[in-house]
Amino acid sequence: MITAKEEVKQEQLEAVIIRFVGDSGDGMQLTGTQFSDTSAMFGNDVATFPNYPAEIRAPQGSLYGVSGFQVHIGSVEISTPGDNVDLLVAMNPAGLKTNLHALKPGHTVIVDTDAFSKKNLEKALYESNPLEDGSLENYRVIEVAMTSLTKESLKQVEGLDNKSITRSKNMFALGMVYWMYDRSPEYTIDFFNKKFKSKPQIIEANTKVLNAGFYFAETLELIPNAYTIAPAKMEAGTYRIIMGNTATAWGFLAAAEKSGLELFLGSYPITPASDILHELVKHKHFGVKTLQAEDEIAGITSAIGASFAGDLAITTTSGPGLALKGEALGLAMMIELPLVVVDVQRGGPSTGLPTKTEQSDLLQAMYGRNGESPIIVIAASTPANCFDYAYEAAKLTLEHMTPVLLLTDGYIANGSAPWKIKSVENMPEIKNNVIKEGHENWHPYDRNEESLARNWAIPGSSGLEHRVGGLEKDRVTGNVSYIPDNHEFMTKIRAEKVKRVQNYIPDLETEFAQEGDLLVVGWGGTYGSLHSAVKQMNDDGYSNIGFAHFNYINPLPKNTAEIFKKFKKIIVCELNSGQFVQVLRINHDEFEYQQLNKVQGLPFANLELTQKFKSLVK
Amino acid sequence: MEAAVKEYTYKDFSSDQEVRWCPGCDDYVILRSMQKALPEMGVKKEDVVFISGIGCSSRFPYYMDTYGMHSIHGRAPAVASGVKLANPDLSVWVITGDGDSMAIGGNHFIHVLRRNLDLNIILFNNEIYGLTKGQFSPTSLVGQKTKSSPYGNTQPPFSAGELALGAQARFFARISGNTPKEMTQLFIEAEKFKGTSLIEVLQNCPIFNDGCFTKFTDKAVREDQMLYVEHGKPMIFGKERNKGLVLNGLKLETVTIGENNITEQDVLVHNAKLEDPTLHQMLVRLEYPMVTGIIRSFDDVTLEEREDALTEQVKSDSNFTKTDDLFFSGDIYSVF
Repeated sequence: MITAKEEVKQEQLEAVIIRFVGDSGDGMQLTGTQFSDTSAMFGNDVATFPNYPAEIRAPQGSLYGVSGFQVHIGSVEISTPGDNVDLLVAMNPAGLKTNLHALKPGHTVIVDTDAFSKKNLEKALYESNPLEDGSLENYRVIEVAMTSLTKESLKQVEGLDNKSITRSKNMFALGMVYWMYDRSPEYTIDFFNKKFKSKPQIIEANTKVLNAGFYFAETLELIPNAYTIAPAKMEAGTYRIIMGNTATAWGFLAAAEKSGLELFLGSYPITPASDILHELVKHKHFGVKTLQAEDEIAGITSAIGASFAGDLAITTTSGPGLALKGEALGLAMMIELPLVVVDVQRGGPSTGLPTKTEQSDLLQAMYGRNGESPIIVIAASTPANCFDYAYEAAKLTLEHMTPVLLLTDGYIANGSAPWKIKSVENMPEIKNNVIKEGHENWHPYDRNEESLARNWAIPGSSGLEHRVGGLEKDRVTGNVSYIPDNHEFMTKIRAEKVKRVQNYIPDLETEFAQEGDLLVVGWGGTYGSLHSAVKQMNDDGYSNIGFAHFNYINPLPKNTAEIFKKFKKIIVCELNSGQFVQVLRINHDEFEYQQLNKVQGLPFANLELTQKFKSLVK
Repeated sequence: MEAAVKEYTYKDFSSDQEVRWCPGCDDYVILRSMQKALPEMGVKKEDVVFISGIGCSSRFPYYMDTYGMHSIHGRAPAVASGVKLANPDLSVWVITGDGDSMAIGGNHFIHVLRRNLDLNIILFNNEIYGLTKGQFSPTSLVGQKTKSSPYGNTQPPFSAGELALGAQARFFARISGNTPKEMTQLFIEAEKFKGTSLIEVLQNCPIFNDGCFTKFTDKAVREDQMLYVEHGKPMIFGKERNKGLVLNGLKLETVTIGENNITEQDVLVHNAKLEDPTLHQMLVRLEYPMVTGIIRSFDDVTLEEREDALTEQVKSDSNFTKTDDLFFSGDIYSVF
């Protein structure tokens, strides 16, 4: 335990992981977001991971009411929020208890001693006070009476109630951390000025407390070390920090502009997908139409209606909502209309773990409909590339006239990272299959010979009046048909249409070893964890390990087998019990697959990956 | 100026598909009334869209030579809402039945009425499930013997009108399935109305629930049993045109003109445009006489109007015209 005053010294670090934890009402999400945004503005690469309870305000001080926000910042490329942390800021005993295991031995924990009351210790199920019983011997503990210091610093500010005063103690903690990592509080003060424009006393209070924390850390010399982290070497360009869900929303905005169609979103609120709805409702200036529907089914069926009428139509949800949308998604597939369904995966089954991450909706996405109803399934893999895959989902659905299911997950959807801003003019072209005028012998299910996409006749176009529906239709006229051979033909052509998407998507790429002993295979939101684990092993001399990450699930990239052939062993890593590996076994049963699975509602930890990989290459 | 709408006849709206309803079904009457009403509405054929759910009634779009979608069970109001929001210039019609709208699709039915988009809903109410062959529906009567209630139905029914008015329907009309002339007129009125219009057709199912409405729709009795209301006119009915409705306390009462000093002036004049739906609720609930015609037609702001106004406001307040304006706004930074 550090008790003596130490000389303040500057250390140059490549990367640091900080976790802020406290009660769910303590403002930890805001504190963490401010720290990561400030660091990004400073030029660091960042990755974040919010971890909060499903309850909005769980009982104060309880273990299950702990809310946390982890930030990984660095002067090197950062691809995950990281596992074990260098600095833990614990605003109460419950936060300390539930997070201490993640703190690296010998590293620093800052605690608010005012929160370590008998009552709070009991609520956190501590039998004795950890600040006094020696149980923190292996760590550097910085004890700060943050609540009292916050109150003291606000003595002169008028018109504040007691609650507002105590609630700003998170800014005291943030101020301290800013000083420790050589960050200016300016960005956050700007943020206060914008956010609380009409409440000058709140701006004043927050600014005061933030500065108080900053100067406290500087002048009282309670901080054992101070660090600086140099800006990261990143590709030149203009950047902004973006959250995965915002990137998804913006990808659709870009696709609508590029395709010249209007964007329609039909959606029902669900964690962790609602932020896409919150983002898109803001953009009426681009003509975005949104309907917050009465339920998940109306969300998707209103989107189907909008698609029938010629809009770029999307619906957003998470696992339980996707289950409800199943029948309607089958309809969209059957009538061959463009539609994007976004599933921001969360822990399942049933209500499961709404605020935790998982990849367990993959098979639902692939097969969760009645009858044979294949659709295109793709997955984003980082907060920033949610933009690209939302754009790609829109492009594929418009060009191929079949629904696309875009999988993201709570981890990348709520995580944020620097995004090198893309201008719409540089995005790939989006064609569509709209037909404006009919000709003799025109039929609604006339197809493009290469892609098999049907043509899209939109209400309002004279001479193209036609009916679509969930009943099987004649292969030529599109009228209802119960003829056995025709049904089989139509079943096959709908499947073939999806299969042919292979001709339009990029090849699978391998990172690190291009051939060798072990190929690490992943898909979707685990990219960052897997990439950094394989990179670390390569840095450590394991030059025989390659890494292939899938964004295209159905269909799989054409060259999948060619890549798999080049490695002696293949290990498929997923945050479920083995779903993608089943898809691989169905499509490429000539290979043997090892598995690494985790179903804890948490991302992979670096160590569990590298240990497993090492066991496979010796 | 808009191009003049060409002159259509009912044939322009008949598709080449053979109609497959059972012989004698009132659905044929509804189909023909619609095909006759459309040329009178001043809408272009390519702007007409029929959206249905599942059930006998929901085959309707296949028989109309317009745009149409036979969607999934109960969801037509949501599909139609999407169509209308995507293109408010279209004339959008929902075709549904009592099971489709009030059982599996009950949620969408009440919410579409609450929102008040400018679309039209035709509810084919035959108080039975037809396509699944004869189970009781949410409008079947208590005691009714059906395939799934062989000893009599124990579930009390919904009244479509009561449910609709409870869900804030601005336009509600009811019509007997065997009065095509009035039905055609109601369809035209529904299209004219700005807002969601709901027309309940008392539609006889000759196979599974034959005669369920006969006691007031039969030609021999209907003038005495049914009151066809018209806005601004006294609510008088009967072969002799001598029966009328008066308000007695909190109840509607049937009186005979010429008896007990009652004159035509005593009979209530129908006001469909009242914002307060209390009287309309009372008309909907009456069993004798069975009230048909436009019971409620209250002009209100539509959802599209609210959305349009909001969009215009946001557009004029915003500096964003292209997505680049958004992407490069706020906290951005450069790496060199």
